[in-house]
Amino acid sequence: MYLTLAWRNIWRNKRRSIITIASITFAVLLASFMRSMQLGSYERMIENAAGFYTGYIQVHQKGYWDEKTIDNSMVQDQALIEKIESIKGVQVAVPRVESFVLASFGTKTKGSLVMGIDLEKEDALTKIKSKLIAGSYLGINDKAVLVAEGLAEYLKVGVGDSLVMIGQGYHGSNAAGIYPIKGIVKFPVPDQNNQTVYMPLKKAQWLFDVDGRLTSIALVVDKVQMVDRIIAEISSEVDTEQLEIMGWRDLMPDLVQGIEIDNVSGRIMLWILYSVIGFGMFGTFMMMTAERMYEFGVMMSVGMKRIIMQWIIVLEMAMMATIGVLAGIGISLPFLIYYHNNPIMLTGEAAAAIENFGVEAGYFFSLQASLFYNQAWAIFFMAIVLGFYPIYVIQRLKPVEAMREA
Amino acid sequence: MSVIKAENVQKTYNETKVPVHALNGVNLTIEKGEFTAIVGPSGCGKTTLLNILGGLDHPTEGRVEVADTNITDMSDGNLIDFRLQNIGFVFQAYNLIPVLTNKENIEFIMLLQKQDKKTRDDRAMELLNQMGIADKADQRPSELSGGQQQRVAVARALASKPKVILADEPTANLDSKSTATLLDIMAKMNAEENATFVFSTHDQRVIDKAKRIITLEDGVVISDVTR
Repeated sequence: MYLTLAWRNIWRNKRRSIITIASITFAVLLASFMRSMQLGSYERMIENAAGFYTGYIQVHQKGYWDEKTIDNSMVQDQALIEKIESIKGVQVAVPRVESFVLASFGTKTKGSLVMGIDLEKEDALTKIKSKLIAGSYLGINDKAVLVAEGLAEYLKVGVGDSLVMIGQGYHGSNAAGIYPIKGIVKFPVPDQNNQTVYMPLKKAQWLFDVDGRLTSIALVVDKVQMVDRIIAEISSEVDTEQLEIMGWRDLMPDLVQGIEIDNVSGRIMLWILYSVIGFGMFGTFMMMTAERMYEFGVMMSVGMKRIIMQWIIVLEMAMMATIGVLAGIGISLPFLIYYHNNPIMLTGEAAAAIENFGVEAGYFFSLQASLFYNQAWAIFFMAIVLGFYPIYVIQRLKPVEAMREA
Repeated sequence: MSVIKAENVQKTYNETKVPVHALNGVNLTIEKGEFTAIVGPSGCGKTTLLNILGGLDHPTEGRVEVADTNITDMSDGNLIDFRLQNIGFVFQAYNLIPVLTNKENIEFIMLLQKQDKKTRDDRAMELLNQMGIADKADQRPSELSGGQQQRVAVARALASKPKVILADEPTANLDSKSTATLLDIMAKMNAEENATFVFSTHDQRVIDKAKRIITLEDGVVISDVTR
């Protein structure tokens, strides 16, 4: 009956309760959208960085990450690659040879990143085949390259042109060659789109004189949450004195730091929003308490314990908060699902301006469960904290005074 | 066997610059099964006395015993429990819980007493029948007339089988017909359940029905007549 009493009490003053619930709903709706967009952007940045380039885990020769030279490459150990791929949660281990060269066409030259790739495995990580916007994909024996769109534009090259590359190979050897362009690929991440040249792994090993060596093995995993466990498992399988195993947080410290800083501003906005709603809720709870002083006095007179009264009041607040939170999530969820699957992509000058900061120009939405239960907890926490006011009033209540003053 | 015993009960309110002496040494004893009216002009201390006898307020001086328990210095928390088990209240403005049905209002006291569902149901329906409003069991108080609401309030007061029922001006808001019906019901409950009723009133119709009339004036008992 206490539950019934609390439930019916909410609807004693329908208009006020609806306004309170609506304000909670609106807050949750707004906060869900705001946070979903913010977390969605972070996820997209991480996904772009990890999914288009680094992978979620990388294995290198110890010291390679601090000094990324071809001299710090490691032996291409097929048994190791197979062992890593046998670990639960690892989809594929992608071997690479990466180094910088000067790429030139006609009178244009630009510093570029050459990536020697395993053609099939690389596609599993970066979906490179789907990024092809001109020409065709490489064949294993092709002595040819794919050029990223931004770099191609800069050098003013197209499919069929030849790219001259010159750089430094293993232990100071000369790395130079001329490679026909077989295709143009477009990546959403500007850094990658403006400087990358892809070629078959064997050809890159030949170019840099690192036959039988790799600079990194990048891993595709089932879920980002598995990263720590997989790192631990690999670490137990390899000589960590020789090899370093790094997760995406270590691979992209700048990105992680940037996200953390930006996330703080998001949280501040969120708490400002909650504070505004909190004051609204507090006003309602004050009115609810004030207008029921007489009733509290009567209830106490007939033998109702304070704790039961306090419990019923807290229950009322919790119920209103629950309805508001559920309605907010219920309304926002279909929109968030839609926008999660259909991000809002920017075009034109706005897109160019955003891309200048090195991020993809669009609004992306996250569907992380924490997004929703964090809203619920925050509102509940607020309702409980605000519930201390009526609890305090009831604790000090004297039935005769309450009835007389009311 | 006395249900209420008040000895030299005094109550002074110090909320204003000049202390107000509401009760100036009230002595009275009320026996089980009595049907008593406390009468007197407005401001003579009727409600204050009822509040003190009901453990809603503490006397400034004196001693109050209800059901052989000294409640004079009992803590507020213990008084709530004591009232729940021993005292039924009927208020001038009925004071039913508006969001509960009439039956639930009666059951509510028994719920606080932790009685089981069947006992609550049976007792609530028994009382509603006795009050002649069984057909209103599932309606809300707002759907009833003032007289009917007060009957629910009396049923609520009786639900816990208290030692004494204290009624503060129970007929003040009722018309003649409702008053007569209510008084008949209370007299019947007094006779059938041997329930002890103490009213504060200045309604002549209640006074006429009472078996004992205690008259207060300026906070003291000036007459105590049993008929």
